[in-house]
Amino acid sequence: MIIAGVALLAACTLVGVYLGDLLGVALGVKANVGGVGIAMILLIAARVWLVRTGRLTKNVKFGVEFWGGMYIPIVVAMAAQQNVVAAVSGGPIVIIAALGSLAICFAAVALLSRLGGRDAGSPEVAQGGAILGGDFDERPADASAISASRKG
Amino acid sequence: MWHGLEHVFVEQSLVAAFAVVGALILVSNVAAKKLTNGRVHGSAIAIVLGLALAYVGGVFTGGKKGLADIPALAGIGLMGGAMLRDFAIVATAFEVDVVEARRAGLVGVLALALGTLLPFVVGTLTAVAFGYHDAVSITTIGAGAITYIVGPVTGAALGADSTVMALSIATGVTKAVGVMVGTPLVAKLIGLDNPRSAMAYGGLMGTVSGVAGGLAATDPKLVPYGALTATFHTGIGCLVGPSVLFLTVRAIVG
Repeated sequence: MIIAGVALLAACTLVGVYLGDLLGVALGVKANVGGVGIAMILLIAARVWLVRTGRLTKNVKFGVEFWGGMYIPIVVAMAAQQNVVAAVSGGPIVIIAALGSLAICFAAVALLSRLGGRDAGSPEVAQGGAILGGDFDERPADASAISASRKG
Repeated sequence: MWHGLEHVFVEQSLVAAFAVVGALILVSNVAAKKLTNGRVHGSAIAIVLGLALAYVGGVFTGGKKGLADIPALAGIGLMGGAMLRDFAIVATAFEVDVVEARRAGLVGVLALALGTLLPFVVGTLTAVAFGYHDAVSITTIGAGAITYIVGPVTGAALGADSTVMALSIATGVTKAVGVMVGTPLVAKLIGLDNPRSAMAYGGLMGTVSGVAGGLAATDPKLVPYGALTATFHTGIGCLVGPSVLFLTVRAIVG
């Protein structure tokens, strides 16, 4: 059932966002604290469980991965509704504060990514990238075998 | 005839958005292949095009939601809104390699701490340089440099005035746009090519829309790792902004 995958994704998202709201209330913050991150962790755990119990069918997988593949189009739509006019017309204080913190954060990424070894990532990471890039058909035929053996 | 077409677009807003965004991405992919020889990612072009169209839409309608303020394109607002954005971000977690994510956990936490502090310091110093002397305004503008949600949440909690709030939000939005456009340009330079650095990047940049766009434009395989840390960023910012950071600023400026 494809809907089972979509429903699993929806359930993880709802529970995660709810827990994020609760966490926000507990901390006395007027915001959701890490709701989406919690949802992601729930989905990762659900996937591990499904693989382990042999319940991860092609259809369940497709139901989730379809939305992963829609990620970039959704981000493009998100870009198309930003308040770019406000960003461009903010004046020097806005430009300096924004670009200054941007530059210093990029530098910190460079520093942190040099801490410890660099590795380009596993084949599973690359395969995930192909799905998120929206190219299901370019997956190698034996990809499921690779991920199954890595999970073992 | 034109009126009839517009009517269909208004009535089928989300479906119309799928068609429009799909066409935009198709054009961008062709442009990436033909014009840049594949050196620039098609999605990077699509995101920059999206931002450019948002500018045009904003100037044309005078609204705050870019293209989505044009009635025939209102579906873009739903498609790219927080609900579907978060839904798709969670879906990317399905491609996470647990081993990689766990290995980068500590880096992610460190990045979150730095990603809150560094922009705040830059923001507050800028505010002081432009003549702001009261702790509330300085903190609000500094918080805006963290993300465009932390800014107004902090400002509202502290009772900042509306001009300062507007500046704070504009700073956050400019940062988000800068992250989307800048990331693919500097990715090689800062070593952003593996899950580990993507987690550091997500925690440091924070702004979910910026990180979502920046990583999509750079390399889709990095998206879930960056998103995992970035989604904690705004919450942490909202937590420390009106509390620890404000008290620190007040202790310094008196």
